[in-house]
Amino acid sequence: MEHSYFFITMIYLAAAVVFIPIAKKLGLGSVLGYLLAGVVIGPSLMGFIGSEGQDLMHFAEFGVVMMLFLIGIELEPALLWNLRAPILGLGGLQVLISTAAVAALALLLGQPLNAALALGMILSLSSTAIVLQSLKEKGQMSSAAGQSAFSVLLFQDIAVIPMLAVFPLLAGSSQSAAGHSESSLRDNLPAWGQTLVVLGAVVVIVVAGRYLLRPLLRIIAATRVRELFTAFSLLLVVSISVLMSLVGLSPALGAFLGGVVLANSEYRHELESDIEPFKGLLLGLFFMAVGASIDFKLILSMPWVILGLVVGLMTLKGLILLGLGKIFKISIEQNLLFAMALSQVGEFAFVLLSFSNQNNILPQATVSILTAVVAISMALTPLLLLAYEKLIQPRFNVQSTNTREADEIQEKHPIIIAGFGRFGNIVGRFLRVNGVKATILDLDSDRVDALHNLGVKVYYGDAARRDMLESAGAADAKVIIVAMDTVEQTLEVVRVVRKHFPHLQMLVKAENIPDTFELMDLGVLHIYRETLDTSLRMGADALQMLGVRAYHAYRNAGTFRKQDEKAMKGLSAIRDDKKLYINTVKERIEELEKLMSGERTTRYNPSGLGWDEQSLIDEARQEE
Amino acid sequence: MSRILILFAHPAFEKSRVHHQLLATIRGMQGVTVHDLYETYPDLNIDVRQEQGLLLQHDIILFQHPFYWYSAPAIIKQWQDLVLEHGWAYGRTGTALRGKRITNVISAGTKEEAYQADGWHQHSLTDFLLPFKQTATLCNMQYLAPFVVYGTHQMDTTGISEHAISYKQFLENLRDR
Repeated sequence: MEHSYFFITMIYLAAAVVFIPIAKKLGLGSVLGYLLAGVVIGPSLMGFIGSEGQDLMHFAEFGVVMMLFLIGIELEPALLWNLRAPILGLGGLQVLISTAAVAALALLLGQPLNAALALGMILSLSSTAIVLQSLKEKGQMSSAAGQSAFSVLLFQDIAVIPMLAVFPLLAGSSQSAAGHSESSLRDNLPAWGQTLVVLGAVVVIVVAGRYLLRPLLRIIAATRVRELFTAFSLLLVVSISVLMSLVGLSPALGAFLGGVVLANSEYRHELESDIEPFKGLLLGLFFMAVGASIDFKLILSMPWVILGLVVGLMTLKGLILLGLGKIFKISIEQNLLFAMALSQVGEFAFVLLSFSNQNNILPQATVSILTAVVAISMALTPLLLLAYEKLIQPRFNVQSTNTREADEIQEKHPIIIAGFGRFGNIVGRFLRVNGVKATILDLDSDRVDALHNLGVKVYYGDAARRDMLESAGAADAKVIIVAMDTVEQTLEVVRVVRKHFPHLQMLVKAENIPDTFELMDLGVLHIYRETLDTSLRMGADALQMLGVRAYHAYRNAGTFRKQDEKAMKGLSAIRDDKKLYINTVKERIEELEKLMSGERTTRYNPSGLGWDEQSLIDEARQEE
Repeated sequence: MSRILILFAHPAFEKSRVHHQLLATIRGMQGVTVHDLYETYPDLNIDVRQEQGLLLQHDIILFQHPFYWYSAPAIIKQWQDLVLEHGWAYGRTGTALRGKRITNVISAGTKEEAYQADGWHQHSLTDFLLPFKQTATLCNMQYLAPFVVYGTHQMDTTGISEHAISYKQFLENLRDR
């Protein structure tokens, strides 16, 4: 069936829009929703998409690259260094032992040695996309299981490189590495040259990320063309992928590295929120492609073989993970989650399977069966995690939740400051000297840089974007201070916060009376007219210079401010009726003058309220 | 020669007749520092180190204020609460004020007769000043007899200036003795 490009796009998007909310509602998680959507629109059921599913999957794998970039950017290099033991130890052992075990099993089942080894390597890998997405969705990324799973997956990404190098050797001498679709720069180099090229690529990423990217991002941001920043973010990830493929490294690994290098940059939140939707869509596409690639005809023709392979494989991998988790002292409850999460076979198996078919290591029949097995194991993972969440975790109840609290990946503060101009700046400094840390967002790239040089951590980004606020930790914050440069920006931020983060207490800077009214209409309770307090302080000082006592001036300024704010509330309701408004304003002014004159006193002619009251003196005199 | 610090507190000095005269008369006296608390701290945010430094530079401390509700205006209490720190003014190591002398300079609306056991207020002014006296004792200071201007409600300008002159003498005696 030939369909137009738009039709296919429509089918995919529609499937996502229909299935994800249903899956979420049923508590299945989005990954399972995408997989189901893929099954439904795939060749087995509705047949909207057919053979292009495979090509699509290669394209959609770019979502995994983006995901690793995002994981990298959320990971401080110091944290990565802390994970070095689990990455090398846990990850290394998992790949080695699983490869050996699967290979041994394959030998027993009568596969030749080279095929058995290939199978071992292919099936030892797990699915970065499914595991990380699911764990993230369940908020398990910072748990012991999450961190361990992440470490193992990271090592697997590294391990793919030597695997790709070994595969041609397994094929014997007749086939060369030509099976690999992209020719790599280092093919014709000696071993030391290859190493140099790989190292060179890594150095390029680190150095460019450190020294080249920041000025570039500043220039891009200074153009104030929104989509240019998005374009640049994408360009960044794509370039890293291209560079990595060129030297034969995994693009995902390169993207991860690029992310880590940028983790401390002030553009971090902006990059994150720009890439995030693309990553989400591509990953969704990827999951749907996996769902669509499940060949039900094949499964139905040999259900027991495939089922046995799936169950056997996942049990084997799971047991190995469980044992490793025990050695690495993961608590039993977290260990179960860890083992169940990583027991499937990953998306890279699709690539390696077709690769080994081209290299004549595995026959087509085996590849077809295994493709089905891999897809099913991936589809089962969200279900397994769901079962874990519903059946196993409740038995261990609360005690486990704080195991690795300190290893929180994202920095989160109770206060977000949106807009770090003249106004927000002072608020921020005041909070800071009081030991309150705030996540600061600002839209002026020059200012962000200037502050950065002063050692103040400010993130470049538009707080009127929901995803930006999300990255800044709005879901967990308590207070947001809105002090944007313009009224329009302020109103936008207020609307977004009201809509998506209604729990946040808003403190909002207003510039003048009309926008104060608008903020009141939006239901903002804490409004601060930027000039009010300062003007009154100035007025009080002026009074003092004319000889008025400081305390008197101070109190009257306070009274004025209170009255004025009260009056604003009353005026807000009638502001559309011009005549009534003007009259009321006049009345208020008179009222205020009367009130103030009560306090205003001339020396030796006391008439005011409080302290040395005239009435008391008069009374005392009468009693004489 | 002793150095005198006057901690002056009047929340509505602009209305005051008595304290204007008192302060005008002693203006520029050698060895006397007038420190206007409400003018310095209209927000009652008292600079503790600054105040303690002032105390250390003087030998005699006077609270000069109108007598409100049988006590001093609020800022004096705020001043006491903040400046007389434990470990500095009192307590085992609180010896900074040891040997200094202190008292109140007060204007009271009613006449002296009212401040008697059988008078309108049923107690003497000294009774009402007990917290000040005991505070001084706790801070290792000697509490002197207060200087009081009674009956300001009915006092005319001449009466006030007479009191102002005797206030000046009171200060001179303290300073030179």
